[in-house]
Amino acid sequence: MCNVTESKAFETGVTETETTVTQPDTVIQLSGVTKRYQAQEILSGFNLAVHDGEFFTILGPSGCGKTTVLRLIAGFEPFDEGSLMVAGQDVTLVPAERRPVNTVFQSYALFPHLSVFDNVAFGLKMAKVPKSEIQSRVDEALAMVQLQEFAARKPEQLSGGQKQRVAIARAVVNRPRVLLLDESLSALDYKLRLQMQIELKQLQRKLGITFIYVTHDQEEALSMSDRVLVMQDGRAQQVGTPRQIYESPANLFVARFIGEINVFDGVVQRELGDFQYQVLLSGRYTREVRTDRKYQEGDAVHVMLRPEDLRITSLHGEQKRVGFSGQVLERNYTGQTLDSLIQLDDGQQLKASEFFDEDDPDFDYRINEAVWVDWVHGWEHVIPKQP
Amino acid sequence: MIPSNKPVLSLGSGLRWLFIAGVMAFLYLPIVVLVVNSFNESKYGHKWQGFSFKWYEKLWHNDALLEAFFNSLTVATLSATCATILGTLMALAVYRYRFRFRQSASALIFVVLMSPDIVLAITFLIVFMALGIQLGFWSLLIAHITFCLPFVVITVYSQLKGFDGNLLEAAQDLGAKESQVFRLVILPLLRPAIAASWLLSFTLSLDDVIISSFVTGPGFEILPIRVFSMVKVGVSPEVNVLATLLMLISLVVVIIVPLLLRRKT
Repeated sequence: MCNVTESKAFETGVTETETTVTQPDTVIQLSGVTKRYQAQEILSGFNLAVHDGEFFTILGPSGCGKTTVLRLIAGFEPFDEGSLMVAGQDVTLVPAERRPVNTVFQSYALFPHLSVFDNVAFGLKMAKVPKSEIQSRVDEALAMVQLQEFAARKPEQLSGGQKQRVAIARAVVNRPRVLLLDESLSALDYKLRLQMQIELKQLQRKLGITFIYVTHDQEEALSMSDRVLVMQDGRAQQVGTPRQIYESPANLFVARFIGEINVFDGVVQRELGDFQYQVLLSGRYTREVRTDRKYQEGDAVHVMLRPEDLRITSLHGEQKRVGFSGQVLERNYTGQTLDSLIQLDDGQQLKASEFFDEDDPDFDYRINEAVWVDWVHGWEHVIPKQP
Repeated sequence: MIPSNKPVLSLGSGLRWLFIAGVMAFLYLPIVVLVVNSFNESKYGHKWQGFSFKWYEKLWHNDALLEAFFNSLTVATLSATCATILGTLMALAVYRYRFRFRQSASALIFVVLMSPDIVLAITFLIVFMALGIQLGFWSLLIAHITFCLPFVVITVYSQLKGFDGNLLEAAQDLGAKESQVFRLVILPLLRPAIAASWLLSFTLSLDDVIISSFVTGPGFEILPIRVFSMVKVGVSPEVNVLATLLMLISLVVVIIVPLLLRRKT
C-alpha cells in the first residue's frame, strides 16, 4: 500500500518542508489493481495516487511491474481487477484513444512514413482540431523542443536525442492531463541523458503537466522527481520525496536499491527517551541512535549508514578510540571522492566515501592501514529487523 | 599455394571476359533465340528466312490463343487481388490479435506452402468434385487464390514483424480509432509488402500449369495449358511471339517493382 508506507513515521525523521497541510489534488488514482499474464501475477492489490502537476517517478528493477503500471494507465492493457481514475473520472474501461493521457515510448515509436511535423500533428488531427490551429500548435511544440527547422524531415534523418524530442513534442502537443514516459532516456548516451534530464524537468515545470516517469535508474529518479515510488515484485515498497527515499528508506530493499548503504544488525538495549535508544551493534559495540519510531527493549533492528556518512580515522599512536576498528581493504580515487572498502575486525565490510577538503587535499589511505570507523550521531537510519 | 594479396582465383583479363560472356550466354541465349525466332519468316526455327511480323499478325488473329491469354490475365488479376486482400488481413489478424486458433492458423499456412503442386492439385480436384462445383472459371479462381495466399501472408507478416510494436500503440495513444490505426499507420507502412505480394501472386497464377490443368474445365482455357497443348504437336511460331510479349510484360514489371518499393524511403 503506497499511502501507508508514506506514513507520518518518515516525516518526523526528516527535516523536510514536505509537511504539506493541504492535500494536493489527485490526478491519477489506481485502486486495488491486479494484473496477470498467463498465471503469473504482475501486480496484486496495487494502489497509487499521483498528485496533479508533480513529476512522479516509478523506480524499480526490471520485471518489477513498473512498465505494466504505465501501460495500464495508458490503456494498452486491460485490468484484471481494480480501477483507474484520471482527474476524477473512472476510465477503467475507456480505451486508450479516449484517455486524457499521452505516452512517450522508450523506442520513441515515431511514424516512419510521416514527417516530423505530421508526427507531431497526428494527435491533433485525430482530435479534429482546425487546420490553422494545428499549424500553430505544432510549431509551438517543435519550438519548445528546439526542432523547428526539422519539421520537414523524416524520423530516420534524426539523431537519437532529436527523435526523443519529437516523441515528447508529439505527446505534449495534445495537452494531456498526464504524460507517461517509459524509460524514455535509457536509449541515449550518458552525456545526452544528463542534458535531457534537465530539459525534461524544465519542460515539466513550464507545462505544469503531471509526468509519470518509469525508470530503473535510481540516479535519474532522484534528480528529476518530486516524488518517487520504489517497486519490487509488483508491490510498492515506498513512496516519498527523493530525500525521504534516500535518507529514510522504508526497508532493506529500498535502502540497497537506492545507492550504496552499510547495514549493521543491532539490538535495542535501553530507551533513552525522545526517540533515542541505546543499541548494541554487531553484538559488541554500544551506540546511541536516533530513530523515527518506538521500539521495545530487545527489539532487533537494522542500523543503516550511507558511505558518505561514515567518518574514518587513521590511527596514529594512541588516540581516543571511537567506533569500530578495521583496516582498509581497497581505496579508489574517483576525482570528487575517495571511496574505500573497510573490513571490520569481525569480517563485515563497509563502504565509505569521503570528499576531499581544503585542509587535506592529499589525504589518502594505505592498503591494510588500521582505521576507526565512526559517524555523526543522528545520521544513522534505523528500521526494524527484516527477515 | 603462393601467398599473395591477390584473390586466390585471379584470372587473366581475357579469361575473365570469356567467363562472363559464357554465363551471359547460358542465361540469355535461349531468350535471344526465342525473340529472334518470333520475327523469323520460317515456320521452323532452325533456319533464318528473313524478318517478318507475320507470326505477330497470326497471333493477333488466333482467337483461341488470345482468349486463353485474356482468361489467364483475368484469373491472375482476380486471384492476386483476392489473395492479397485475404492474406494481408490474415497476416494482420495473426500479428495484431490474440485468438484461439492463432498458432494453428499460422502453421496451416505453411502446410499449403510446403505441399507439392501435384498434391494440391489432386486435393482441389477431390474437393471440387465432392462439393459438386463445376470445373471452370470459379474452381480455377478458388484454387489460384488458395495457392497464392501463403506467399502473401508470409510477405506481409514478415514486414509486420519488422515494425516497432509500439507504433500501433502510439497511434492509439494519440487518439486513433482502430480503423484509423489501420488506414493511417498500418496500411502506409505495409504498402511495399502489399505491392510485392500482389505481383508475386500475379506471376504465380499466370504461369501455373499443374494445378490449373487439374481444376479447370474445357469451357475455360488459360494460356499455359493452351500453350502446353500447342507444343505437343510441335512449337508453333505463334508461341514464340506470345513468349516474347510475356517477357516484355515481366520486364516492365521488374522495372516497376523497385520503383514502387523505393517510395517507402
